[in-house]
Amino acid sequence: MSANIHLSRRQFLQAGALLGGGLVLGFRWAPAGAAPAASGFTANAWIAVRPDGRVQLVCPRNEMGQDVHTSLSMLLAEELGVDPRTVEVVQAPADPAYVNGMLGAQITGGSTSVRDSWIKLRQAGAAARTMLVGAAAAMWDVPAAECTVADGQVVHGTRTLAFGALADAAAKQPVPKDVPLKPRAEFRLIGRPLARLDGAAKARGQTVYGIDIQLPGLLHAALLPCPVHGGKVASFDGSAAAKRPGVRKVVSIGEGVAVIADHWWQAQQALAELKVQWDEGAQARLDNAAIYATLERAKEQSGARVKQAGDVEAVFARSKPIEARYTSQMLAHVTMEPQNCTARVGRDGVDVWASNQHPQRAQALAAQAAGVKPERVRIHSQQIGGGFGRRLDTDYVAQAVAIAKAVPGTPVKLIWSREDDVRHDVYRPPALHLLRGSVQDGRVHALAYTLVSPSITNRMFPGVVKDGIDGFMVEGVANLTYGIPNLDLRTVIQEVGVRVGYWRSVSNALNAFAIESFIDELAHAAGADPVAFRAAMLDAQPRQRAVLERAAKEAGWTTKPAPGRAFGVASMECYDTHLALVAEISGDAKRVKLERLTFAVDPGIAVHPDQIVAQLQGGAINGLIDALRSKITFKDGRVEQANFGDFPIPRIGEVPPIAVHLIEGGDKPGGIGETGVPLVAPAIANAVFALTGQRIRSLPLADGGVTFA
Amino acid sequence: MITLQLNGKTLQVDAAPDTPLLWVLRDHLGLTGTKFGCGVALCGACTVYLDGQPTRACVTPLAGVGARKVTTIEGLDGKVAQAVQAAWDTLQVPQCGYCQSGQVMSATALLGANPRPSDADIDLAMAGNLCRCGTYLRIRAAIHEAARRLEGLS
Ligand code: FES
Ligand code: FES
Repeated sequence: MSANIHLSRRQFLQAGALLGGGLVLGFRWAPAGAAPAASGFTANAWIAVRPDGRVQLVCPRNEMGQDVHTSLSMLLAEELGVDPRTVEVVQAPADPAYVNGMLGAQITGGSTSVRDSWIKLRQAGAAARTMLVGAAAAMWDVPAAECTVADGQVVHGTRTLAFGALADAAAKQPVPKDVPLKPRAEFRLIGRPLARLDGAAKARGQTVYGIDIQLPGLLHAALLPCPVHGGKVASFDGSAAAKRPGVRKVVSIGEGVAVIADHWWQAQQALAELKVQWDEGAQARLDNAAIYATLERAKEQSGARVKQAGDVEAVFARSKPIEARYTSQMLAHVTMEPQNCTARVGRDGVDVWASNQHPQRAQALAAQAAGVKPERVRIHSQQIGGGFGRRLDTDYVAQAVAIAKAVPGTPVKLIWSREDDVRHDVYRPPALHLLRGSVQDGRVHALAYTLVSPSITNRMFPGVVKDGIDGFMVEGVANLTYGIPNLDLRTVIQEVGVRVGYWRSVSNALNAFAIESFIDELAHAAGADPVAFRAAMLDAQPRQRAVLERAAKEAGWTTKPAPGRAFGVASMECYDTHLALVAEISGDAKRVKLERLTFAVDPGIAVHPDQIVAQLQGGAINGLIDALRSKITFKDGRVEQANFGDFPIPRIGEVPPIAVHLIEGGDKPGGIGETGVPLVAPAIANAVFALTGQRIRSLPLADGGVTFA
Repeated sequence: MITLQLNGKTLQVDAAPDTPLLWVLRDHLGLTGTKFGCGVALCGACTVYLDGQPTRACVTPLAGVGARKVTTIEGLDGKVAQAVQAAWDTLQVPQCGYCQSGQVMSATALLGANPRPSDADIDLAMAGNLCRCGTYLRIRAAIHEAARRLEGLS
């Protein structure tokens, strides 16, 4: 994500004493906002050194597998001088202190967590270290400059003092301004191997996710939502359901009818006994063909100009351009942990326990549902069993709170079935991509591109889209790396009646599929090697050129492979990270096997290399969902898919070897979590063309007639 | 009341006989290591053992368990399981981790039955365990690693 949702202001470092003793450091926005205290913490706390020696990181971002707990602990520990394995990670509450400076809201998304924390957490660590050293130096009556830190201790000669013993005194030290940060050559942790802090518990079934929350007196709820999005309950008869064993209450929450019971299975089974008349609302006839027809009609709009150079029309007037039209499908997120939320609405306020990527939104929706002020809502964010953008939307939180209102003071856990998770998602937007291009002297001379698609940002953050530009929709367009003298790159926002959502790598994936496939078409039209063709346009982008050439070399790229084999390439910059991917496939026009995916990746600085590899591999497998065969379709206002049977995700035997080659060509870290996704579809599509001569211009590629083994 | 042999203990459960074992474990007994992913035997997140055989708890009614011994991730023990979990640590397999209880259960059962599985054996035995985060390459490597560790032990 590159757009800023709210205007960002500077964050200031602040220090103080902890309620129970010890040193606390945090950031505050200027001017100071309302800041409810987190339990046991001074408001705004980011890090704490306790008198018992514990070092705590109040993690501003949510852990959903992307390694944020470990990576951010590494940043803190690098400067503080502690073993990162001893850092205790506490999940931040919803509070303005934890706003993501790159996005302007407390959001885990946009591959921003490390980028946003890169300076802040190291600064906080350095400031805390300086204060701890200051306290020790005062006790020993020696110059601070003669003291060093190691493994949670301040050292002077043969004397040592543990951080815990210094914490109270350190809290009285002045907060240092502009402490110099370690130069890269002195990093002891950043860039080195480290086991994930949450890895061992996850391999032993001990991690508590939102769905695992247990509380005294907990009741369980299941929901029958209106089968059409936006529809409502007109009337219902819950009398039969209410007689089922264990059922406590049947309640309408407007968008559906919920059953509250002693156990979830009882609630879920009772849904079958509900008799509901639905007012299906405006989308009752929503249909896939109509959705794409709506996009088609919008293609003549001029839209908003994202990037412009030279005069494409003049070029095309002189020589007829090559034209192509691509489409991409809708997709569900299918996080492994189905959506769920536990809520308690009491006289003392509202408590919400939920896996989520957006605590502020959860807080706002919960407040609205409960009819209280947001500061009366406490968000207890839990470990997330998969996010991929789904949990930026917290519709399930609003539902749980609306249901829990029916049993005041009692916690209620709402769990969606997988079927509802698939059918009531916010979907990756359907898209139409129109391209024209021309080649001159073996290079792209002119490129015109229009993306026609609904805007997620319009739905989620009304007012943020300005002059027709959705900052998240232009990803993969605005950051085009090729030097092309004549450019006209546009986006047209066209709503289609589908509730659309951010899906890992968002528009980077949509745009990269169309643009990187089309660049390949132009390379073939020019009779050029697709790698050399791209490299020739990257004179001004040495890092991009380096990853492209590295991926080609490592993959054994050739345009004349053995019979029945082929390579495809794709290349882009996204989230400040440069990537290239080579796909190697085998087979024939009917049946294609993925042999190998080879990435070269330049994230600038690799903070936690092992998990960068993990994210790239996992991201690529996520890209296979997009590329191969999965899709969401609508008929009669209803989503036609329901579970992993008709919305398949890759299984272990379908996944080829995925090599990841890292280059560190920059001076700060780029984003990682989403970068593995976007190049997979175009690299495979380009390989399919090389193998079969068939250019597939729609996703999923299986719809183009290819079966993937 | 229905009697259940669970993780080496005998206990009584007050749940309807048609309740899936998954929800008995999670809701009635508070053992949340076994996960709900799909409810229809398509994802493997709910994998437990019945008399040592990997079974999908989401489609196993409580009444169908009978006298068979139930083992969940919380009760998983023995040298094969330890080798699997140690290999999981070495290879740094989990991402979000939500599928991993099921993966570890299936991997342990595989190595119990076949101490030196090939890639094809692994793909077959693990085909029912989905991982949305895409940790498959490390799962495969970790199973081989666990097999090597076990070979060193015997
Ligand atoms: S929850 Fe049982 S197989 Fe998916
Ligand atoms: S680790 Fe997230 S689903 Fe497997």
